[in-house]
Amino acid sequence: MAASPMHFNIHGVRAIYRFEMARWFRTLLSSIASPVISTSLYFVVFGAAIGSRMGDIGGVPYGAFIIPGLVMLTLLTESISNAAFGIFMPKWSGTIYEVLSAPVSTAEIVIGYVGAAATKSVLLGCLILATARVFVPYGIEHPLWMLAFLVLTAVSFSLFGFIIGIWAESWEKLQIVPLMIVTPLAFLGGSFYSIEMLPGIWREIALFNPVVYLISGFRWSFYGVSDVGVGMSLAMIGIFLALCLGGITWIFRSGYKIKR
Amino acid sequence: MSHILSIQQLGKTYASGFEALKNVDLDIRRGEIFALLGPNGAGKTTLISIVCGIVNASAGRVLADGHDIAREFRAAREKIGLVPQELLTDAFESVWATVSFSRGLFGKPRDDAHIEKVLRELSLWDKRHEKIMALSGGMKRRVMIAKALSHEPKILFLDEPTAGVDVELRRDMWAMVRRLRDDGVTIILTTHYIEEAEEMADRIGVIHKGELILVEEKAALMAKLGRKQLTLHLQQPLNEVPQGLNGYTLELADDGHALVYTFDTQTEQTGIGALLRRLNELGVDFKSLQSSESSLEDIFVNLVRSRS
Repeated sequence: MAASPMHFNIHGVRAIYRFEMARWFRTLLSSIASPVISTSLYFVVFGAAIGSRMGDIGGVPYGAFIIPGLVMLTLLTESISNAAFGIFMPKWSGTIYEVLSAPVSTAEIVIGYVGAAATKSVLLGCLILATARVFVPYGIEHPLWMLAFLVLTAVSFSLFGFIIGIWAESWEKLQIVPLMIVTPLAFLGGSFYSIEMLPGIWREIALFNPVVYLISGFRWSFYGVSDVGVGMSLAMIGIFLALCLGGITWIFRSGYKIKR
Repeated sequence: MSHILSIQQLGKTYASGFEALKNVDLDIRRGEIFALLGPNGAGKTTLISIVCGIVNASAGRVLADGHDIAREFRAAREKIGLVPQELLTDAFESVWATVSFSRGLFGKPRDDAHIEKVLRELSLWDKRHEKIMALSGGMKRRVMIAKALSHEPKILFLDEPTAGVDVELRRDMWAMVRRLRDDGVTIILTTHYIEEAEEMADRIGVIHKGELILVEEKAALMAKLGRKQLTLHLQQPLNEVPQGLNGYTLELADDGHALVYTFDTQTEQTGIGALLRRLNELGVDFKSLQSSESSLEDIFVNLVRSRS
């Protein structure tokens, strides 16, 4: 199912995007309040209570150091869950028949669903940054790079979430990847510490965690310090993005779990 | 082009190995109402699902208004509207939002006047701000029809449109189908309510175990297979049909207690008057007489039975 070069179903993309954003606004309180509250709690516990006893890391006060990691943590989990839920829901309720029977290409479906999920994540990321400002004063050294990391990560992980949403045929499966894989990787990815602080072998093992590169690159855009090179971080996001795009192309070509 | 839909050598074998469709060839004429009849599991929904892009075909091809549904899926699909058999709706959306969504999805620019017209025709206008989950089953069915009509399709598929629907909605639906046909929309409906096909359709196709076993004008089908029978219950049983009645298609039944005359409903002269006079002359007395007409249902049952 290739997109026709002569035509792009902009109305279709807009319809899906609006539908998904409307779903978010309907549950605005839980969609926005819960990440803001949980981030605030992180700041109270890690930033204020524990952070006051911690020294600077790479010249950055601990309270400020954890901000990029916290934003990434929310960005990853929210991108995945939003995008996964967005496509799982019509699959589960059966309303997906309409999308499948509509003159929309794979690319347009993905732009609609993933675009909306990524938009929500980016908005949430900004909201968390604003919330963090209440607790800790911080600056952003490379704002354009910061935005680039924010958007790239949101898009990549929304794509990943979209794949999970298609793969999952039960609510349990929908939760299992974010819960069992992504959250541990995010916690172990250096949200709250620099991997330089890890003892010997663990530092090497940590480098296998893709989230390390995301957080490191994102933190660099704030404070100019990073665990790994920025180029490396960007390359990792690029690879992940390409893998997800490849996965989605394969899914729609083969009809995996959506078409019989 | 006279055929708005052309299905050629269409086959579908599911991953389980079940062969749902076998070499189906079917041409649908522009502007007709076509009824696809068949028992449950015959392949009706699979056929529709392939044409609409929900199920991938294993073999064959389909042209919708001249466009290949796989290679020119955009041009093909924007002409097609589908009302599936099951009630599949969002719960939290309003009626207006969900119908507008469908129009956009099918690539049409916003047109509030058209959405209003569709909602009014389906008696949904007063409910436009209500959430779908607050609606009754019949109203949800109307919402699904409104969604299918939101993008002004040229071909409308109605999969079991009146299954489990109350009398009022069924009547509204039939009226709507006729109105759409008058506007030039081609309608393909599947049903196992034979009276529905008999009432609505211009042509009828019968599908059984994945094969299209018959496609015929409804009138021709009724004429060809629609026989009327007159049964005469005799006072005295007969051993054979009397010699003097050779010109009539008569059979003895009920151990010679009944004489069955089969005649064509379509001809002006049924020959009943002459037959009765002849019987009188021959001194064959009868107690009572009864006539019966084979309905589409009988035809259908006979067709399917002869195949299995």
